[in-house]
Amino acid sequence: MVKDSQSYWSSKLMALREQNSGNNPDYETWKGRTLDPWNRNASSAGMESVNSSGIISKEVYTSGDIPQNTEKELLGMPGEFPFTRGVYPDMYRGRRWTMRMFSGFGTPEDTNRRLKYLIKHGESGLSIAFDMPTLYGFDCDNTRADGEIGKCGVNVSSLKDMEVIFKGIDLSQVSTSMTINAPAAILTAMYIAVGKKKNIPIADLAGTVQADILKEYIAQKEWIYPPEAHLRLIRDMMVYCTENMPKWNYISISGYHIREAGSSAVQELAFTLADGFHYVEMGQEAGLDVDDFSPRLSFFFNSSINFFEEIAKMRAARRIWATVLKEKYGARKTRSLLLRFHTQTSGYTLTWQQPLNNIIRTTIEGLAAVLGGTQSLHTNSYDEAWALPSEDAVKIALRTQQIIAEETGIPDVVDPLGGSYYLEWLTNRMEEEAYRYFEEIEKVGGILEAVKVGYLQKEIAATSYRRQIRLEEGKEIMVGVNKHVEEGEQPISILRISKKAQKQQLDRLKEVKGDRDEKKVLEALKDLEGAMMKENENTMPYILRAVEAYATLEEISNIGRKVFGPWKEPVIV
Amino acid sequence: MFKDKPIKILLAKPGIDGHDRGILVLAKAFRDAGMEVIYVGLLPTPEEVVDTAINEDVDVVALSLLNGAHMTVFKKVADLMKEKGVKDIAVVGGGTIPDADKPKLEKLGISGNYGPGTPIAEIIKHITERAAEIRKLKATGE
Repeated sequence: MVKDSQSYWSSKLMALREQNSGNNPDYETWKGRTLDPWNRNASSAGMESVNSSGIISKEVYTSGDIPQNTEKELLGMPGEFPFTRGVYPDMYRGRRWTMRMFSGFGTPEDTNRRLKYLIKHGESGLSIAFDMPTLYGFDCDNTRADGEIGKCGVNVSSLKDMEVIFKGIDLSQVSTSMTINAPAAILTAMYIAVGKKKNIPIADLAGTVQADILKEYIAQKEWIYPPEAHLRLIRDMMVYCTENMPKWNYISISGYHIREAGSSAVQELAFTLADGFHYVEMGQEAGLDVDDFSPRLSFFFNSSINFFEEIAKMRAARRIWATVLKEKYGARKTRSLLLRFHTQTSGYTLTWQQPLNNIIRTTIEGLAAVLGGTQSLHTNSYDEAWALPSEDAVKIALRTQQIIAEETGIPDVVDPLGGSYYLEWLTNRMEEEAYRYFEEIEKVGGILEAVKVGYLQKEIAATSYRRQIRLEEGKEIMVGVNKHVEEGEQPISILRISKKAQKQQLDRLKEVKGDRDEKKVLEALKDLEGAMMKENENTMPYILRAVEAYATLEEISNIGRKVFGPWKEPVIV
Repeated sequence: MFKDKPIKILLAKPGIDGHDRGILVLAKAFRDAGMEVIYVGLLPTPEEVVDTAINEDVDVVALSLLNGAHMTVFKKVADLMKEKGVKDIAVVGGGTIPDADKPKLEKLGISGNYGPGTPIAEIIKHITERAAEIRKLKATGE
């Protein structure tokens, strides 16, 4: 298997190198004739342009920089292989991207109010953020959770909390994205249970859980057990959802966090797709047909501030996914080849200094996502370098998307930048660099091994450090941070989570534990433990039973802690 | 004064927080600046941080949190230090810390409290100053 993969990546890489190498005679002639004499007389000569991926660009691009088969083979038409120009034939003419603002903070009541506020202002899909204890599978009454309740998202300790979050929201009319990874199966089970209480058939529940555990070890670092254990639980969820939940996207393969952790655009592209390929292999090994499950895999990318690099990354991603799914994994249906993705603008590019400038950054990044062909978008709020966003700041961020969608005319034409010499050249180069990483990862022993030995983590840390040094040296600029700095800035008003959230959550958890049938809980947990011990037993129905008995998030997670043990990350510094 | 024995610093993210981009950059930068750096990885409890600091006999503990829990978790570290009678270790902080919280942290003896965008040189300068105070204290105490 590994050997086959190795030769596949090597041959792809060789072909791309061949395709992208060679001089452009038109450029060389122009350079000698016009550019060099110009530079000899100008003071600005020699400015080097290098993007986050280390790709150096020339002053100008012409048709000589892109292969002759660009239009017919590398691009194709929208909705046709290899989908470089977009996954759907009409893209935003038929349907705008989903405006999906990530929100969640404080108590379930706070989050329920914020969701209703966003729905009222025209948001079309829900997206829930959870707090740190929830992400790590701790209840609010664990001493480790002290001070963290509701700080980075909403706290969920039991099904009761999820019931409150979705109170008065018709789950048959919305799709819900939940940013949850290590305990993804538990939160999915809770969502199913909430749907059941509202009499919504499980097959009608629409949404996404992130459940991309590989990128947790690579970047976001929110795990509970060792990688193999989490992958097994995700496999169980994949199988269960493939059979029962046709509208549930059970893995959102995420580059966002890889990028935020400090990677370059091309590292984000390559590591994310490599994760995706692993999930495909996992599904095939579990006996699923790739055409049955790959349409449910979706992606989540970052849109950062280097405009064309981001657009090229998204276009290259579509082409690579379609090509590899077809050639390497034998997918036959069109739906299986489509890389559909959500985008969030970059949190890292937001500055604490002169925060209103962040509105402009977010606008540019949001625009790149739209030109890159995203299916849904979250635009960051200008105050997020300070804290979770205030209501006013979120509204401006949502309005930013609405202006792009409704006023600019940009969504009228599919892939309007397609055919730009520069963008096509850059798309090809990003693609080549991604394949270079696929080959490299295979050499390390595959993605799982690469994660376990910290190879990817080290690559990211090195990029992040290099970038920081460039900032310190003034070779890269952040306005307001290392250039155009202002003294004596006024603080802005920010959202603060009151201590009351913690108290309220503790009270509710106590109530839940007092009201439930303890015998039922113990039995459900015991059966879950038995299922976890048997590699080939699907744990999902057991988790659902435990959730419905009001076993808490931590109680359920603790069964896994007992069976699978903890995980200690590799040392990378 | 640091020529014979470099500044020994423990970098830690106590509490439940996986945002380690900043602390990994600082670990490298501090090492490049000649410090002896200890980083224990994610998710240590405040108790573990304080115990490691004492056992390793560090000059400085640098705490980082970007999850908004600094007022609770940093305080726990400071309280534990006090409880254990540790006076010869400086504590500095950083992360997403609102201006309003900074004086409160200072009162607990946690200085610096740098936010995003702070030049590394400024942070190193502060740490060097705090370490110098500690070394002086140790020299007079011993």
